[in-house]
Amino acid sequence: MTERKLFEHELEERLDAVLFASPSHRSITRLATTLESLPRVQQEKVLHWAGVAAKTYAEIGYLLATLAPKAFELLDDEGFDAWVLSGLDAYDRFGLRPAMDQLRNIELFCAERAGTAVTRLADVEMRLARFVQGLSGRPLAVRAGQHAWTDTENIFLPELVAVHTSAGGNRRLYKTMAALLWAQTRYGTFSVDIEARLGEWADRERALGWLAVLEAVRLDARIAAELPGLAAEMAEVRGPWPEELSAAIAHLTRPEATVSDSLDLLAGFLSGGGVPPRLTFAGTLDPAAAWRVRAERIQRDTETLRKALATLKGMGGKRLSGEHAVSMAMANDGAGMEVRVDGEAVALPPNLPPEAQAAAQSLIQDLGEVPPEALTPAGHGQWTPTDKTGPGPELASDRDADHRYDEWDYHRGAYRRHWCHVYEMAVKPGEPGYVTEVAQRHGPLIRQIRKRFELVRGEDRMLGRQPDGEEVDVDALVDALADRRGGAEPSERVFSRRVRNERSLAALFMVDMSGSTKGWVNDAEREALIMLCEGIEALGDRYAIYGFSGWTRTRCDIYRVKGFDDAYDAAVRSRIAGIEARDYTRMGVAIRHLTKLLAAQPTRHRLLVTLSDGRPDDFGDEYRGTYGIEDTRHALLEAREQGIRSYCVTIDRQGADYLRHMVGPASYTVLDQVHKLPLKLADIYRRLTR
Amino acid sequence: MKPDPLAPELARVAAEPYYQPIGDEVALFEAAYRRRLPALLKGPTGCGKTRFVEYMAWKLQRPLVTVACHDDLTTADLVGRYLIVGEQTVWMDGPLTAAVRAGAICYLDEIVEARKDTTVVIHPLTDSRRVLAVDKRGELVPAPDDFMLVISYNPGYQSVLKEIKPSTRQRFVALEFDYPAADVEVRIVATEGGVADDMARKLVKLGELTRNLKGQGLDEGASTRLLVHAAQLINDGMAPVAACTAAVARALTDDAEMTETLNDLVRAIF
Ligand SMILES: Nc1ncnc2c1ncn2[C@@H]1O[C@H](COP(=O)(O)OP(=O)(O)OP(=O)(O)O)[C@@H](O)[C@H]1O
Ligand SMILES: [Mg+2]
Repeated sequence: MTERKLFEHELEERLDAVLFASPSHRSITRLATTLESLPRVQQEKVLHWAGVAAKTYAEIGYLLATLAPKAFELLDDEGFDAWVLSGLDAYDRFGLRPAMDQLRNIELFCAERAGTAVTRLADVEMRLARFVQGLSGRPLAVRAGQHAWTDTENIFLPELVAVHTSAGGNRRLYKTMAALLWAQTRYGTFSVDIEARLGEWADRERALGWLAVLEAVRLDARIAAELPGLAAEMAEVRGPWPEELSAAIAHLTRPEATVSDSLDLLAGFLSGGGVPPRLTFAGTLDPAAAWRVRAERIQRDTETLRKALATLKGMGGKRLSGEHAVSMAMANDGAGMEVRVDGEAVALPPNLPPEAQAAAQSLIQDLGEVPPEALTPAGHGQWTPTDKTGPGPELASDRDADHRYDEWDYHRGAYRRHWCHVYEMAVKPGEPGYVTEVAQRHGPLIRQIRKRFELVRGEDRMLGRQPDGEEVDVDALVDALADRRGGAEPSERVFSRRVRNERSLAALFMVDMSGSTKGWVNDAEREALIMLCEGIEALGDRYAIYGFSGWTRTRCDIYRVKGFDDAYDAAVRSRIAGIEARDYTRMGVAIRHLTKLLAAQPTRHRLLVTLSDGRPDDFGDEYRGTYGIEDTRHALLEAREQGIRSYCVTIDRQGADYLRHMVGPASYTVLDQVHKLPLKLADIYRRLTR
Repeated sequence: MKPDPLAPELARVAAEPYYQPIGDEVALFEAAYRRRLPALLKGPTGCGKTRFVEYMAWKLQRPLVTVACHDDLTTADLVGRYLIVGEQTVWMDGPLTAAVRAGAICYLDEIVEARKDTTVVIHPLTDSRRVLAVDKRGELVPAPDDFMLVISYNPGYQSVLKEIKPSTRQRFVALEFDYPAADVEVRIVATEGGVADDMARKLVKLGELTRNLKGQGLDEGASTRLLVHAAQLINDGMAPVAACTAAVARALTDDAEMTETLNDLVRAIF
């Protein structure tokens, strides 16, 4: 056997021969390409095993060859053979599906072979996500990815970690990876255009590998300075740094070291020809992606801030205009912001809206300061929307709309009159047994919710000065005595009576029935409504449930699930079961229509709770983005003017930076985990009305 | 007017309370006092509102009457009622009436908790009339110039049923409180908690991290008060992690997962 690697065409030919019966025949070329980089020994091994497997089942042979490069990365030769055999064994014993799963899960196989524990991201995700959220103070989501890296808005972590013998060790590894990636975003790994500097080196991959290692050293020191407890835990996970780094460590652990220092050191390591050490915890770098995301964020934050400043009357008593030198920077201790006008520190105006404060904080994290251009208030006409616009297709309907509503067009700064056509209808009943089934499944939870709700209902109230009642009202009696003594006619209303506390509240729940809720969001919505109904029934508040969906402005559908006057009966239950995912989310019009229903309620307090799974959206470009957000915001403001309080619950794993602005005077909650919705919704309602 | 036999004792603030100013709130309050305008203190729990009022009462040398509002608080609880003493009925001023007569500062804490029909008694007191109507006695008590009404509420408390009516809130000069900037908060925690600056700085850092979780599973982040509590436990010899778990993490949530997250943050710092 010669040492020469097989070329693509040769591989293709041989693969063709061994996988002759493969239904995936056409992808053989691609397969050959990926195998071309393997050493000859490994190539031969793949061809051998692919042939053996294909004799059992062609599809397995093909899958095996596809996964081979990854398997060789994680396993030695012996391990590779064992992996293939475990797949074939699974086929013999359990069939095709289990065999494919067995082969795909190479990490799991490695872990089992090494006797290590397996920890899944799903198990630690929530805790990590909150940890990172706590550290960063701006949205930074945790997501599953091929390997550990960050684009500065998401931290990607491997789905599975199986490095340590204990699950605790794996969890600490996850935490270390997450912390270092957070530190990349916090301590400026991407504050210079790394991509541009990478051009200096021929071997880009090796350069990136070294840079990731050097940055890990630098960031580890930064973490140690601010979060010593975390750093100690991380030191345990990583063990001592490799010997070859010792000179670099002295340089990079200085408090003033930046990413430029890491970049400067790169030359030495690259010319040495060494391969960067594989540090599982350090993650990899994708500077291009990070640079892009960061640039977009900076622009967004800058615009948010400028827009907010434009609406401010003055800053710390000083008027803002081009003639003043305004600067905003992080206070010395790294926390808090300092605003200077003409060099003089002023208090941050408390009326700077929270989204603007958040934007300023975020800019400081990215740039070390708020750049001057972000401090020039946006003037009229300077605020250029980035979203494209264009009319969506207009769909005719076979009947006239039940209602028409205006819609806010932020381009014009005016309403479009009678723009949206609303059709109101009842939800088609779903499975009759659904609600009972859910209620049974969540029996304990429902009991818990009912109990909490009963607490809200509060104790009954004593009504004093009644003509009769179960107790004597001492105040009234004393007055009566005093009156009699003074010669006046004493009142006979000297009793107190227990009455149920009158809450006088009407609540309307507006439920997203758009296409994107299909699946678990829809399930969660329905379950949430069931728990809510069970809870509110215990309270006796007036409430209604409506769904909404639609397809362009000419087809805005409002689905009645439970009207205010409907009892929570079999018909309502089957309509809850019938809530389903339909089309789009044009939110503004739904809010306007339901506001009208709510405003007609004779109660003292009125509450609108919206439930959606992301930003407003409709078919075509028109409603998407800023337009929809501004319209929704206006609809909520209109509701507010009519004395209606709104609360928005959004399920959005992306984090929802737009929400703060959109909901304006309303309040909101973002849920990143769908399964929390049922309990959460009931809880929100309880909190809002306690 | 001759004082009634049962007029309640009014507390005076004898020693200077420690208060660390955060912005221009002291000057604003003094101006409102001079102009005889009532004040509304807005801010999250534990950020120093109560302490501020105590300090101002001391500074302005006025007695301080504090009423913690709750939903059973009746007008009589504020204004006063008749009591039977022996064979006689005797009028007893409520805290508000007593404060008005004495020209004190009356602080109604968490005003939103009180029933709406109770809050209206403060209306004539808080506009240009500056009188308190004691209906049961048919008496109108004019407020002397040095009387001042102060109310507080926490806007983060989102209940629809408990909002201040516009007709009430628009009578007040509003002072906004928030958690202080890090440097200032370090000073407060060090002074109040009796810990070194270094430790105080760590606690303030913890406060900041928990505040990042507001709305992400926490209704509120750790208040200055909680940080002071943790500092006091540490000052008493508790280990920092244990002190923070008890005074901060568990005080913020009952949710097991959230407690774990908070403990992760605590351990990250110490
Ligand atoms: N500016 C400050 N100066 C001095 N101490 C402060 C300051 N802010 C907070 N504290 C400390 O925090 C504690 C809590 O403050 P305080 O009781 O005044 O809060 P509050 O705003 O009235 O809270 P709540 O709304 O829950 O009543 C005080 O006992 C004090 O130790
Ligand atoms: Mg207080």
